[in-house]
Amino acid sequence: MTARASSLAGIAVVLAIGLAVLVLTPRLFELDVVLNVTVYMIMAVLALSLGLIWGFGGILCFGQSAFFGLGAYTYAIAVMNMGESTLPLVLSVVVPAVFAALLGYFIFYGRISDVYLGVITLTVTLILFNSVNSTAGPEFHIGSARLGGFNGIPGIPALNVPFFKDWQVDLEGMFYLATASLLLVYVALRALLASRFGRVIVAIRENEGRAQLLGYDPRVYKLATFVIGAAIAGYAGCLFANWGNFVSPTIFGLAQSAQIIIWVIVGGRGTLVGPIVGCIGIQWLTAALGANAPSETAGWAALVGNVPLILGAILIGFVLLVPKGILPTLGDLAAQLTPRRAKAAR
Amino acid sequence: MSAPLIETRGLGMRFGGVQAVRDVDFVLAERELRCLIGPNGAGKSTFFKMLTGQLHPTSGTVSLRGRDISRAEPHEIARLGVGIKTQVPSVFDGLTVRENLWIAAARTNRGARIRSVVDAMLEQVGLAPVASAIVGQLAHGQRQWVELGVVLSTDPELVLLDEPAAGMTDREVARTVELVREINKTKALIVVEHDIQFIRKIASKVTVFNQGAVLVEDDVEAILHNPTVRDVYLGKKVAA
Ligand SMILES: Nc1ncnc2c1ncn2[C@@H]1O[C@H](COP(=O)(O)OP(=O)(O)O)[C@@H](O)[C@H]1O
Ligand SMILES: [Mg+2]
Repeated sequence: MTARASSLAGIAVVLAIGLAVLVLTPRLFELDVVLNVTVYMIMAVLALSLGLIWGFGGILCFGQSAFFGLGAYTYAIAVMNMGESTLPLVLSVVVPAVFAALLGYFIFYGRISDVYLGVITLTVTLILFNSVNSTAGPEFHIGSARLGGFNGIPGIPALNVPFFKDWQVDLEGMFYLATASLLLVYVALRALLASRFGRVIVAIRENEGRAQLLGYDPRVYKLATFVIGAAIAGYAGCLFANWGNFVSPTIFGLAQSAQIIIWVIVGGRGTLVGPIVGCIGIQWLTAALGANAPSETAGWAALVGNVPLILGAILIGFVLLVPKGILPTLGDLAAQLTPRRAKAAR
Repeated sequence: MSAPLIETRGLGMRFGGVQAVRDVDFVLAERELRCLIGPNGAGKSTFFKMLTGQLHPTSGTVSLRGRDISRAEPHEIARLGVGIKTQVPSVFDGLTVRENLWIAAARTNRGARIRSVVDAMLEQVGLAPVASAIVGQLAHGQRQWVELGVVLSTDPELVLLDEPAAGMTDREVARTVELVREINKTKALIVVEHDIQFIRKIASKVTVFNQGAVLVEDDVEAILHNPTVRDVYLGKKVAA
């Protein structure tokens, strides 16, 4: 099998699984399960955004939740003012992208080193979190939308079919939209990575100095990758605001940012399926642990119910034992079993 | 008369207390082949880094066809047609040989032309049998060839080679000599090399660096018989 054929086969498998989930979930499960799966899909879109910029672009961004939160808040504020959701949807992608373009310009053109990139993106996230958190008073409003501070914004109008205000997306519709969005974003990113642009960003990740000596300006490529990642995260934020008809500052929080990084580490950098698997797997595990947590707060039982502790243990386990993440490690195993067919499923 | 391909005036580079390159006036004509020799630490690699924008000189200027590039960025200079094979091989270790060449060829070509450039280059540098190998897993000598192929795939007009034969077998060195002659049919080259036999075979004009400055510039045979050069650099090697 040629590399191209096996890559197409990989996409076909992912699409088949995705379509099966899309068609079967609402038929086989109750609405509460469908709602849970919906949020998994939305978060998987968010995971893909970091999978692109970190896994392929080599940019370790601690602020992916900032773009996610900006997308969610932008949608909430815009739709509450406008009523019709078409422009708010577009804005929820454009505003985080523009924000990332400005931030990224200073980071990449200011030749800020990788370590400081992490520090800056983290700081920006915390600033956003604290700013939004302290807007509880009635004086903080944009148009008719009250920001609500730590209470968040409830009652966000749902998306409607573009330009048809009365044709709103219901809960099951949100499931279809979120799942289809995940598949579309996945396919679009596959296409992007197969393009010249995608190959060049991987080359820059591999050896920035060499890429530059060949005539590629790394700053332009990194900035573009950063902006695309922010746009995708913003879109995921818009979906999330729709899912619960609610946003609160916790989506900007440190915990959220750390989660996204854990998804990508566990699933595997340098793949797209990896972050999706890592994201859905960990969310499912978190939900399962949370649901089974015993009510007493002492003894070993409390330890089992301590979700952050267990997530931390998983993260450390992966970093030490499976540093490449699930997907690349499976790929290596498959390559050892069937020599000469190394790079099948990405 | 048009400006030379490369011209430096009073070029200098200072690292703190170390004057790595001092007051170098250097001229290279279009399609010229020049060898650069000199003891370790003479400033040859630093000189190359200033020609390619990896270092900005602390004094003097570098001009490419009359255009001042002293403060230009590496990618800007690369786009003006300068390619460099660095002393420490710099390739995309995680990618295959073919992918390495593709990245280079895609900078100056479009569409189906990229593939044909890559295929031709795989043949030219003898890497066709390992085209699908991950570069990081190849032997040092083969990685040198990959880097040569990468540099040539952008089709530069000036090629800088910093110790291209280091770590190569005799046969590979002979092949490199052949390749340098081939490249020189259409492009200008500056080659830094320690191996006197290598320089003899290329038989070009030689510039000798010593302690950051140009000691002398002459034909290879004259250089080999120059007593000062023998003193600072060749003495031991020619005697050996
Ligand atoms: N980045 C640097 N910082 C400080 N000193 C340097 C640096 N690069 C080179 N040097 C010094 O400059 C001098 C010339 O080095 P180099 O150009 O590598 O010599 P060559 O390539 O001729 O062996 C040496 O003394 C070296 O130690
Ligand atoms: Mg050197």
